[in-house]
Formats: sequence, C-alpha cells, structure tokens
Amino acid sequence: MAIKNLPREECYLPGSAACPGCPATMALRITFKALGKNTMMIVPACCTAVIESLHPHTSFDIPTMNIAFEAAAAGASGVEAGLRMQGKTDTTVVAWAGDGGTYDIGIQALSGALERGTNFIYICYNNEIYSNTGIQRSGATPYGAWTTTTVGGKTEFRKEMGEIIQAHHIPYAAQTCIAYPEDMYKKLVKAKGIKGPKYIEIMAPCPPGWRFSMEKTVEMGTMAVETGAWALYEVENDKVTFNGKSKLILEKKIERKPIEDWIKHQGRFRHLFKPKKDVKRIKTIEDHIDLIWERYRKRHL
Amino acid sequence: MSVMIDTGNYIAAKAAVMARPAVVPAYPITPQTTLVEGIANYVKTGEFKGEYICVESEHSAMAACIGASATGVRTFTGTSSHGLLLMHEMLHWAALARLPIVMCNINRVVGPGWNIWTDENDSISQRDTGWIQFYCSSNQEIFDTVIQSFKLAEHEKVQLPVMISYNAFILSHTSMPVYVPDQKDVDNFIPKRIPKWKLDVDNPITFGNIILPAAYEKVRKDMQDSQEYAKKLIPEISKEWKKQFGRHHGDLLELYKCEDAGYILLSMGAIGAESKVSIDNLRKEGIKIGLARVRCFRPFPREEVLKLGKQADLIVIDRNISVGMEGAVFTEVKAALYNNSDAKAYGFIAGLGGKDVTFGDIEKMCKKVVNGKAKQLEWFGFEGV
Repeated sequence: MAIKNLPREECYLPGSAACPGCPATMALRITFKALGKNTMMIVPACCTAVIESLHPHTSFDIPTMNIAFEAAAAGASGVEAGLRMQGKTDTTVVAWAGDGGTYDIGIQALSGALERGTNFIYICYNNEIYSNTGIQRSGATPYGAWTTTTVGGKTEFRKEMGEIIQAHHIPYAAQTCIAYPEDMYKKLVKAKGIKGPKYIEIMAPCPPGWRFSMEKTVEMGTMAVETGAWALYEVENDKVTFNGKSKLILEKKIERKPIEDWIKHQGRFRHLFKPKKDVKRIKTIEDHIDLIWERYRKRHL
Repeated sequence: MSVMIDTGNYIAAKAAVMARPAVVPAYPITPQTTLVEGIANYVKTGEFKGEYICVESEHSAMAACIGASATGVRTFTGTSSHGLLLMHEMLHWAALARLPIVMCNINRVVGPGWNIWTDENDSISQRDTGWIQFYCSSNQEIFDTVIQSFKLAEHEKVQLPVMISYNAFILSHTSMPVYVPDQKDVDNFIPKRIPKWKLDVDNPITFGNIILPAAYEKVRKDMQDSQEYAKKLIPEISKEWKKQFGRHHGDLLELYKCEDAGYILLSMGAIGAESKVSIDNLRKEGIKIGLARVRCFRPFPREEVLKLGKQADLIVIDRNISVGMEGAVFTEVKAALYNNSDAKAYGFIAGLGGKDVTFGDIEKMCKKVVNGKAKQLEWFGFEGV
C-alpha cells in the first residue's frame, strides 16, 4: 500500500511530549493507522510513557494502560483474558515496549506470554539503548557503540532477539523499520488478522541517543537496512521470508553497503573515527554482520 | 448451605471460585500450591468458568491481575512468601491503580535458609503497598473473609486490593469443617463488579502516565481516605454477613472476654485462635485478661486499640520482626496509644521460622507481664520466659 493510501484517521494526536525527530512517534502513527481504534495498548516504562503526554492529558486516542517495566506482556495477557471473558474478542491487544523492556527486563514475561499463546501483538520499538533513562546500554546495543554505560564503546555484540522469538514458534513474527512505513503497515495489518501471539520489532534510530541530527531519522533507518545492520523479514508458522532490500541482500542480488556508511553518521561511533580510525573495531562490526547474513543464508535460502 | 471438611487452601479455592472471578492468574509456590491446584480442579469440573492463566512468575501473576482488572472484571490470585516478595512492585501498582484485586497469601518464612513454615514477615513487609490486609485464624474465617473481601475491595469508596493472609500448614494444610453458603446467596452478597474506571475502546483514556507532584500527592491522600473509609465499612460487612449467614469473626479486631479485663492480649492469625485457650486458662487462675485478635492490620484499628488502652495494659505477640525495631503489631499498638493513654504495652516476638507457639507458651508470656517481670520487648524462648 502506498503511503498516500494509508487511512486518514489519526489516533496519534498532536501535543505529544516526544523529542523532535523521534522514531517512536512515526512507528506509533503507522501502528494506530494499521490497527484502528478498536485497539488497546499496554505500555511499560519506555520513551512512550513520556510521549503519551502528561496526566491528565494524552496524545493517544486509544485506551492505554501504563505498567511496570518488566510487566508489559503479562499485563497484556491479563487484559486479553479480561476482554475475552466479557466477549470482547475483536479488540486488538498490543504490548508496546522498547528494547530494554523487551531484550532485558521484560524478556521473561514476554517469553511466558508467547508460550501461553496470548492473543496479542507484542511490538518492540528498538532504538538499541535505554533512551528514556538517558542513553544506557541494553542487550540490543550494537558492538562498538558508545552509551553512558559503555563509555569506550560496547564490547559485546547485541542479542539476536529474532532468533529467541522464533524459538517460541509463534504464528507470526516480523522485523521492520520506521524508514519503511509501507512494510511496517503491511506487517501490522497481517499480525492483526492472525490469532495467537504475534511479535513485531521496529528498528527506531534515536537522534539524541545515537547522536545524529534530528532530520536524519529516516535516513538512519534506511542505512541500517542497506548496510545489513538490520534485516526486514517476517516469519509465518516458522517460514522465514525476507522483504525489500533485505531480500535482495540475502539473495546476493545487491551488495550490502559497508557498515561505515551507517556508523560514520552517528556520534555514538565517533570514537571509531576520531582522533584516528579504529580499523580493527570497524572490521569487527563488519565481520559480525557478514556472519549474521551467512547464518541467514544457510537457514533461509 | 453445606458443610465442607477441607484444608485452608482448598477452602480458599472454593471461596474464590464461588466469588466468580473472571480471571485468575496464578503461579505455584509452597505452601500455596494446593490453593491454585484447587482452582485448576474447578476448571476441570466446570465449576470455575473464568480464565485461569498459568503465568511464569508471581510478578507476572500480579501484572496479569492488573491487566484483567483494568478491563473491569473481578480477579483473584494467591501466593506466599518469596512469591509475595517478587510481586512487591506490582502490589504497589495494583493499589495505586485502584484495582480491587483479591489475593490470598499463605504466611511463610522468607529465606535464606529455605523454610516453608509460618511467620508473618512476608506480608508484614508489604505493609506500605496500600493493600488492605486481613489475617485469619480458622478455615471458616478464610472462606468468609475471601467473599467479604470482594465486597470491600469493590465498594465504590474503597477501590483497593485486599490481601487475606493465613498461616502456612497450621491453616493452609489443616482440615476443618466449614459452612459453605449456597451460590445464589454468595451472588447476592457480592453482586457484579461495577468498575470506577476501565480500559474501554468507546472511552479511550490513558491510565498511569506521567503525573506531576501535586496531583500524585492527591492520589496518595485519596488512598488513605479510602483505607479510613474501609475501617467503617469492614464492621458493616461483618454485620451483614452475620445477619445473613450467622457467623461473625470480629470487625477489625475480634474481642474475646475483654469487658472486665485489666490486661488485653493482641495477636494475629493462628496465634490469635490459640490465645483463646490461654485466656480461658488464665481466667481460671483469676487473672482478668482478654484477647483482641487483630483481624485487620491495614487499615489498622487505631481507635479500637486506643479504647482498649483506656481500660487495660496491652500485651502484644508478634510472629514477625521489623529488624532493628520490634514486632510490627507492637509498633502500631504503641502508636495508637501515644498521647492518649497511660496504658503500658509489652511486646513479645514468638514463633519466627515456624517455631510452634502453644497456648501454654502464650500463658507464660502473659504471666510474665502480670507478674511485673516483663521488659518492654522480649523474645519468647530466648530470655527465660
């Protein structure tokens, strides 16, 4: 679907408390358009708890409940059961969490809800850091990235959340990115139509967190995909399909761009370029991405 | 009405199911297990028609209760000890979100070392979460309090969660005969919940977003006002229950032979039941002593305790300890007396780690006070009591 044909209705209202250039707001806007007004959202501690705006106001036109950091998926299980017991089975229940609330503190509740078969969509908007608390390292932070808790650059690789999700063999899982709203919309609509647990992860480049200029959010998303640092794919009943540029990279129809093209625009990697280029660490990142894509090809081609 | 002979946990399961919660999220922990197994059995027999969610932790059990309760339905769960401690964050959340969740907690010791016997440190350490807290002394009281708690929690002026605690094994795994009312009478006693707020697609509100200091303080004040209101409502509910079912376990306090007493013993849970035997025996020896069993710890019956302090010296037995101070009930009792009474108050710590406390032990503690030999705070069994 072309952007111009997306539903006109906005459930993401003006007056939010987001930073300029915030990727989460883009993701929220498309999510609300895709899922419609018959949706409820459970939000743990994350940027969205601020974006919603301050009590007694709200910038969301769908019922929203905030819950503790690690509790989004369990809260959603409760909401879904409560609605079902009242015969309200047509409402889409969404848990909307950041990467900290998903990869780290919320992983137990998430795994539990997926295993139990809760009929909901768990959406992780991944900005690769604890950004709401002021840019700390998470399990999603990539190798080499500066955060306030990895001052010289992270020394570990990020967790492969997609593989962890796939190990639950749920009916639908997908990775998308804010730079591809049509892809995002399509995946959300598909998830809405499937019963059972669904997981969608949205790559969300964060201007203040990654240290890039606020008008470059979409560009950073595009480059994440084109360099292969992020992959667009969906998993339906264990069948993995790569989408868009990621499909072309997987099939080697195009070369993925060098990782430098992405990281050199982000202040969080500045120490890899100044005062002098850290060839070794840049190569480590590049080799790791190659390794991931080789793994993808071995499994999914 | 029928009679059911069963353990505290199975009785609690029966009561919970008869209250018709829509959702019961639960996670097993000794000695609560037979409670959740009991409910699972009612799923199989069809007696429980709600949704039973087998969650992956107690933290998630309470989170799921919160989620379900936020859709406007009735919820119930049960836990114990470490499970309750893991829930701690969500206990605050449930109370601040004003969700009338009802939960049984089987009072069990906190580790290390691992110990599945009873003391009250698990629930006492949740004192400040905003939950209403009952402590039961018999299986009949467990049944009656579970049903009554839904009425209390869901009252439009209360809207707070309720925790019903009872002792591990002494009650949870001990069979007693219990009168079980007819389902229709329970239905009449606790009609369908009318939520004050709920998640509703026809009225999209955002709940729990960022709140500024002055508004937040008002939320806390409102919780306090509701707990104060619950003090008035609990005796009313007890009275209504007595009228309808003929049983009464007391209001916030259960008073036993207090009318002419010069000494009044305060205790909670199973020690409270045991104390009645001690009171009878001590009275046979000519000691004018009565019992005020603390049935409700939050809200604390400040006014009733003060009234007792106007007529008698008070003896408190705590099966818990706020390390660095004293037993929790002892602290509250003294706070209730302060500035308004000349009564002396004596505190004993007894039965921690599940150590048995017999009626004979209770008599020894009381006699030490009566004989003028007790210090203000004593550890029973350590200092030659």
